[in-house]
Amino acid sequence: MNLTLYVWRQKNASDKGKMERYDARDISSHMSFLEMLDVVNEDLTEKGIEPIAFDHDCREGICGMCSLMINGIAHGPEPGTTVCQLHMRHFKDGDSIYIEPWRARAFPVIKDLIVDRSAFERIQHAGGFISINTGGAPDANALPIAKKKADLAMDAAACIGCGACVASCPNASAMLFVSAKVTQFANLPQGRIEAAERVQKMVAQMDLEGFGNCTNHYECEAVCPKEINIRFIGQMNREFMKAKTGLG
Amino acid sequence: MTLDAKIPSGPLAEKWEKHKFEMKLVNPANKRKYSIIVVGSGLAGGSAAASLAELGYNVMCFCYQDSPRRAHSIAAQGGINASKNYQNDGDSTYRLFYDTIKGGDFRSREANVYRLAEVSANIIDQCVAQGVPFAREYGGLLDNRSFGGAQVSRTFYARGQTGQQLLLGAYSALCRQIGKGQVKMFNRAEMLDLVVVDGRTCGIVVRDMINGKVSSYAADAVVLATGGYSNVFYLSTMAKGCNVTAAYRAYKKGALFANPCYTQIHPTCIPVSGDYQSKLTLMSESLRNDGRIWVPKSADDKRAPGDIPEGDRDYYLERKYPSFGNLAPRDISSRSAKEACDEGRGVGETGLGVYLDFADAIGRLGENVIRERYGNLFHMYEKITGENPYKAPMRIYPALHYTMGGLWVDYNLESNLPGLFVLGEANFSDHGANRLGASALMQGLADGYFVAPYTMGNWLARAGVSEVKADHAEFKKAETDVTGRTKKLLAINGKRTVDSFHRELGLIMWENCGMARNEAGLKKALEQIPKLREEFWQNVLVPGENEELNQSLERAGRVADYLEFGEVVCQDALTRTESCGGHFREESQTKEGEAMRDDKHFTHVSAWEFKGVGKAPELHKEQLKFENVELATRSYK
Repeated sequence: MNLTLYVWRQKNASDKGKMERYDARDISSHMSFLEMLDVVNEDLTEKGIEPIAFDHDCREGICGMCSLMINGIAHGPEPGTTVCQLHMRHFKDGDSIYIEPWRARAFPVIKDLIVDRSAFERIQHAGGFISINTGGAPDANALPIAKKKADLAMDAAACIGCGACVASCPNASAMLFVSAKVTQFANLPQGRIEAAERVQKMVAQMDLEGFGNCTNHYECEAVCPKEINIRFIGQMNREFMKAKTGLG
Repeated sequence: MTLDAKIPSGPLAEKWEKHKFEMKLVNPANKRKYSIIVVGSGLAGGSAAASLAELGYNVMCFCYQDSPRRAHSIAAQGGINASKNYQNDGDSTYRLFYDTIKGGDFRSREANVYRLAEVSANIIDQCVAQGVPFAREYGGLLDNRSFGGAQVSRTFYARGQTGQQLLLGAYSALCRQIGKGQVKMFNRAEMLDLVVVDGRTCGIVVRDMINGKVSSYAADAVVLATGGYSNVFYLSTMAKGCNVTAAYRAYKKGALFANPCYTQIHPTCIPVSGDYQSKLTLMSESLRNDGRIWVPKSADDKRAPGDIPEGDRDYYLERKYPSFGNLAPRDISSRSAKEACDEGRGVGETGLGVYLDFADAIGRLGENVIRERYGNLFHMYEKITGENPYKAPMRIYPALHYTMGGLWVDYNLESNLPGLFVLGEANFSDHGANRLGASALMQGLADGYFVAPYTMGNWLARAGVSEVKADHAEFKKAETDVTGRTKKLLAINGKRTVDSFHRELGLIMWENCGMARNEAGLKKALEQIPKLREEFWQNVLVPGENEELNQSLERAGRVADYLEFGEVVCQDALTRTESCGGHFREESQTKEGEAMRDDKHFTHVSAWEFKGVGKAPELHKEQLKFENVELATRSYK
């Protein structure tokens, strides 16, 4: 199939940036979206045009590196899918495709489609852990955990930290991301001990980074490649209230 | 050069305990005087950086991704082994040790492997305490599954995302130390050289991938935990960014590269669909617990899988290896798939595929149970192929997946360059010629959490604080070399893209040094690779500049290293005329086509020393001594 791409090009953080038009010719429907971009980039390189910079790594939907806004939807039209797992069979010959970076004040563009997500890192540094050192852990089966609780923790822990939630939210809120980590630990007995401190520190850092707050648009859940449930934001809010009121 | 593995004396089961006692300690108040560089932030690097920082050392950690959480350990699906014997099915430290030695086709060090099995149980404890949400039974205790090459259930898992969850556990420990200022993290940073002064490893030279700035970092010890080199084959299950550069530059500075020909080809990957293919996707081996592998009995049988009756199917693993069946080890399963396809019985458009069929399991357990066990894998398969594996069997084919070879290390995980430690997949030490499933995660975390923190302390206590700082002449020289190389790559301005060279190299490697190897093919590859390298340095086209984020330039540097490293792999494969584990030499097989070892001539580690680009590396041998297990013919029948 043949496609017309409109791609955000921006030389560096201080460049203004603009959309450029490119043709993608003879694209196979079996290709992944990123393989389609590889083909376009090979072509651009041979023509002496600088290839399009985009983040990617594992190409199997788990590392969270890839981050493209496709026709206004984070990770493109397929639900529960990262861009690297999106295949061209979901597009048709003659389509125009608009490709942009994540857009949020807390995620400044580095180049073309690559953004700086270090704000997420700093939120994790603030409290995204259980404070134990290596060594000295008790036997793993010494602490039975109800399967339901463990499964719920796993549902939250599946977050890949890609930032699609932020990119899709009209408030550029990071609450789905933060709540996934907060609730993973809050649902486990070993994480309960620091639950109050953790939620306050992570939320404080989240606010400091310039992310907005949740006003129930549900856009984050709709685009999340790991289908993280928005109810985790509810639990985070409850954890936060409990912590602030000293009831936690 | 004599290779001293520094294996402690005494009985196997007491070596590590004894060694731990005999090693020197660094006083808690003195630890802050030492700094350590960790390159790589996967299971091995992340766990090492966190654990060393917890002890009080000043750690600098480098990764090429935008976050340490994205290292490729994250993609491991199936699980992690540990000899907890929670299932009461006869597991023990000794059994895990024996399975690993046998699985590695008797080409690994007894003492290292025993230690690995010994600390495996601590890993699970550690991860649970960190909040890793392993799968549990209804009673609240941990669940296990079985994996290839073992007859006990010792694999712990977190759905099909075990690597992700373990990495996020190590990452959380790392974040805690970054937050405390005990680890300084450098993201989007690529190590491009190792600096050695007067025989001691002193630091690294790094390129900032956002602005191209080249800087030096000095430390008292350096850890490389930079993963494997499967991408020398271009197509593999590795992440696109995985590379051999850090390890290879260390090799060029004198570190020995051990057993590079031991590469693992994973039997259950999604087949190649076209020339544009950029990587291959693994489907966890755990699928073989419930899936049955088959091809049509006849090469002419082109019916749809559902129309082929039982009698016309060949469940070849069950037929050839009745006691292990579909859970035969990876090397054996991969080769059997290749044989079936070579006989023309392969399935799918390309004929390079076999079926992995869940119809029986769905019939026996119901679709819900299968969905619970493998839901995300089935989902992934459907996304990539557009086919529904609940309705029709999956098509799978082997792909490059893991490299057992790596930089040579002694029992302390220290290379032959003093002060350079190598952990995880980047070293060669524990898996011999073939790695068992769910053992890579185990080794990465064992090295990082429970081995390096002890052995590095011992080394630092003996070596003392390094006098060499980042303004030393050797650092300046290395910076000049790195910058010169970058300028050279950008100045060639030829006609061919970096990827086109990488693909061509990958084909040479896959055809001649893939699942089956022979003398003629390897010699051909050793002629072709230098020619391709020569063309690369005359005709590669690298657009853009150094002083910016330049992905073509990053790739060019890595491919330039592969174009040298590929020769080392082929040279090793040519020299090792026996078959063992993942290394199958067609000249060395039994009448039934099984791998035939040559213990008389090859019970050694082959460690290669760099002698110059285009020159044959020099071989050094470390004899492997088996004092506890008897070298047996590996049989899974």
